[in-house]
Amino acid sequence: MAGIVDALRTLVTFGVAGVTALATPGQPLSPTNIFAPASTSSQSILELSRLVLLVTAAIFVVVFSLLAYAVVKFRTRRANEWREPAQVYGSTQVELAWTVIPILVVVVLFLATARVIAGIQGAAPPGGAIEVTAIGHQFWWEYRYPSLNVVTANELHIPVSDPAHPTPTFLTLLSADTDHSFWVPRLAGKTDLIPNHPNRMWVDPREPGLYLGQCAQYCGTQHAKMLLRVYVQTRDEFDRWIQEQNRPALISSGVSEGQRIFERTACINCHAVAGTVANGRFGPDLTHLMSRDTIASGAAPNTPENLRRWIQDPSVIKPGSKMPSMGLSDPELNAVTSYLETLH
Amino acid sequence: MATETIARPPSPTVTTRPLVESLHEWVTTVDHKRLGILYILYALVFLVFGGVEATIMRIQLIRPHNDFVSPQVFNRMFTMHGTTMIFFVAMPILFGFANYLIPLMIGARDMAFPRLNAFSFWMTAFGGLLLYFSFLGGDGLYGAGNAPDVGWWAYAPLTSPAFSRGHSTDFWTLSLLISGVGSIGTAINIIATVLCMRCPGMTLARMPLFAWLNLVMASLAILAISPLTAAQLMLLIDRYLGGHFFDTQAGGSAVMWMHFFWIFGHPEVYVLVLPAFAFASEIIPVFSRKAIFGYPVMVAATVCIAFIAMSVWAHHMFTVGMGPAANTFFVLSTMAIAVPTGIKVFNWLATMWGGQIHFKTPMLFCIAFLFQFLIAGLTGIMLSAAPFDWQLAHSYFVVAHFHYVILGAIFFTLFGAFYYWFPKMSGRMLNESLGRMHFWLFFIGFHLTFDFMHIPGLLGMPRRIYTYEPGRGWDIWNLIVSIGVLFQAAGVLMFIANLLWSYRRGEVAGSDPWDAWTLEWSTTSPPPSYNFAVIPEVKSRRPLWDLKHPDDPDWRYE
Repeated sequence: MAGIVDALRTLVTFGVAGVTALATPGQPLSPTNIFAPASTSSQSILELSRLVLLVTAAIFVVVFSLLAYAVVKFRTRRANEWREPAQVYGSTQVELAWTVIPILVVVVLFLATARVIAGIQGAAPPGGAIEVTAIGHQFWWEYRYPSLNVVTANELHIPVSDPAHPTPTFLTLLSADTDHSFWVPRLAGKTDLIPNHPNRMWVDPREPGLYLGQCAQYCGTQHAKMLLRVYVQTRDEFDRWIQEQNRPALISSGVSEGQRIFERTACINCHAVAGTVANGRFGPDLTHLMSRDTIASGAAPNTPENLRRWIQDPSVIKPGSKMPSMGLSDPELNAVTSYLETLH
Repeated sequence: MATETIARPPSPTVTTRPLVESLHEWVTTVDHKRLGILYILYALVFLVFGGVEATIMRIQLIRPHNDFVSPQVFNRMFTMHGTTMIFFVAMPILFGFANYLIPLMIGARDMAFPRLNAFSFWMTAFGGLLLYFSFLGGDGLYGAGNAPDVGWWAYAPLTSPAFSRGHSTDFWTLSLLISGVGSIGTAINIIATVLCMRCPGMTLARMPLFAWLNLVMASLAILAISPLTAAQLMLLIDRYLGGHFFDTQAGGSAVMWMHFFWIFGHPEVYVLVLPAFAFASEIIPVFSRKAIFGYPVMVAATVCIAFIAMSVWAHHMFTVGMGPAANTFFVLSTMAIAVPTGIKVFNWLATMWGGQIHFKTPMLFCIAFLFQFLIAGLTGIMLSAAPFDWQLAHSYFVVAHFHYVILGAIFFTLFGAFYYWFPKMSGRMLNESLGRMHFWLFFIGFHLTFDFMHIPGLLGMPRRIYTYEPGRGWDIWNLIVSIGVLFQAAGVLMFIANLLWSYRRGEVAGSDPWDAWTLEWSTTSPPPSYNFAVIPEVKSRRPLWDLKHPDDPDWRYE
């Protein structure tokens, strides 16, 4: 019931906000708008969709006008209510016309579509391409850069691709459990991650920035909070990021109390911290946890408070998360949180 | 001559019997009319269940980060909503009308196999009860869910024991297995009835389009439901007998389940929409006072749709990574189906063209159907262009599109069918003012909900998420979508009130309240158990037109 009351209260607020947002020129409608492409494949999808929208709009105008005209023109007026109209049973010429014209429209749309399919799915990786393996997990993303020796989670970093010297990113899509789908609308259409069925897709973003998206294939309880964040960086920034990720974690001298608790409890069954005994692979790699903006696959900003709350009981932030609550005491929680905060 | 063959028997005298006795009669009945009504009433009950589930989802999504229900409950709601609406509302209600009307329209006294008919109904009925029993019996393990929460496609490997503990998925599988057997039984019955039980003079070319469309629907249903039933058995084998059909960790294939499901799932859309076309093809001519335009082309287009419908299933799988050749093939087949479908729309328009359109409630629903089906078809063309679909698939745009088909087309004609044939079934007219109120409330609610639902899809909102992040530009649209539910619910309440009120107090209908032309209107309302005292004999597609216009009968022109 709280939902209804709150919703009624926010009705007016949202109404005003919505109209303002639509009326403000230049302000982007949404960070995940499919009509705001930022790479080649999403751009060619936009061009195809413009053609499709144009053709369907024309069909709509024609057929709707016929319907509206028929409804108005042939409505019963009182005077002749009881007179049956002339009975017409059909007409071969007319039938032929509305068979042949749609066939022609279909041929045009089909050819245009086939060209875009071949252009996107047929592209081979050029020399400068970056290879990334994306693995879907319930309910987070694992990213591996096999040739760069980097493993990270939930926040994908890729370089800008300059049309003169293209450095697109080719993703190999795998799943560790159920079906997922990789969808960052401004960069590309979605491709599913299916266990036992490796897929490929590619993106070549032209502008640096943060591109958002989320898992698009229902994958279990927390499908909603399996968010995607793609950081597109200039080549220099990207190289620097790779360098930082290649270092082992910077751990302050000596083994802290937090590290001891982390390594003594079940944390290390699932999590890895390079250079320590923690080498679990079921959960996100935490070696450079502090280099990420968010935790819990984008569900919460990476702040000390959120981190502590997450470790205490993940189901508060993300009910249905596979990470259990370890039942740590307050001092233990503080110690583990401080340890994790050292993982830059 | 015609006056002799189409006799109108007097109304049977109504006697009041004890409740137990009349209940016993309903439970043991093999009369196609009673089974038809049972199907319809059963589906209306499940319509309320499915509607409540939809309402719970829309309350949850009314604003970002709402906490009306937990993700576990939300996932159960969309799984149960989809499964209920397709298998236990749309299919049975359409089978109900087919059961009731086909023998009356073709001048027969019952379906070909009356006992198979009863068996099929009770299989479907118990299938639905089994599905809902999961709310009580689904907990097989401590902490495992109760109702199914795997989505109505139940994609592997989410249904494997590793990801779906307890018995919720078993309830889903078994209920569809059982109701699938019922549906196949009804489909066989419809085919046999239409092919073998027609009255003298009714050649295939003189059948009402209603019978033709249901014949094609039934053929398609056999082809579509068999693979689904096979897949359910394979899933059971996987879950309980150590099979690995869909067990990806043992080399099974998740993609194979998708193929099995959609080779059922897409023809299923046509199994549902062909009966909707059947309603429109009967109602539009009568309220335009004209014969259906291009009858042979309408039949040809229907058969053509059925053939193409068997080769379009993988357009649900454009994002699965099928490779350019397979994607291109399914783009072509999917776009091709627009041609015969378009022909149908043009023929309905041509039927209205030059007619005398009477805006009674059944016709209002059919005109709205034409408008909404046009839009549904056009968004369908957008989705058929595979690259566009890579953006639109699994988003709220798709949800809006198929609700336009299922609600905007199928349910609108279905409501029209209620207003049109209720007088035949009950002997009383549905109230016209309540009917108009039902129409306008539902029309406004439908458009508030499903027009605006396209937009968050275009802005990147995936389906099946129990909550969403603020700042994505989705908030306002979700709010409007949820508000539309209020109007739809009010419309449905108006409809149910109308059914109840009119059943007792509606204006007495007489045998032919709409001045219509097909055989069901030649017998009393409601018809006697034997339908026709004398089996009629027909000479054209509109036997009652011939009867009413002896000077200008149809058989001169056909």
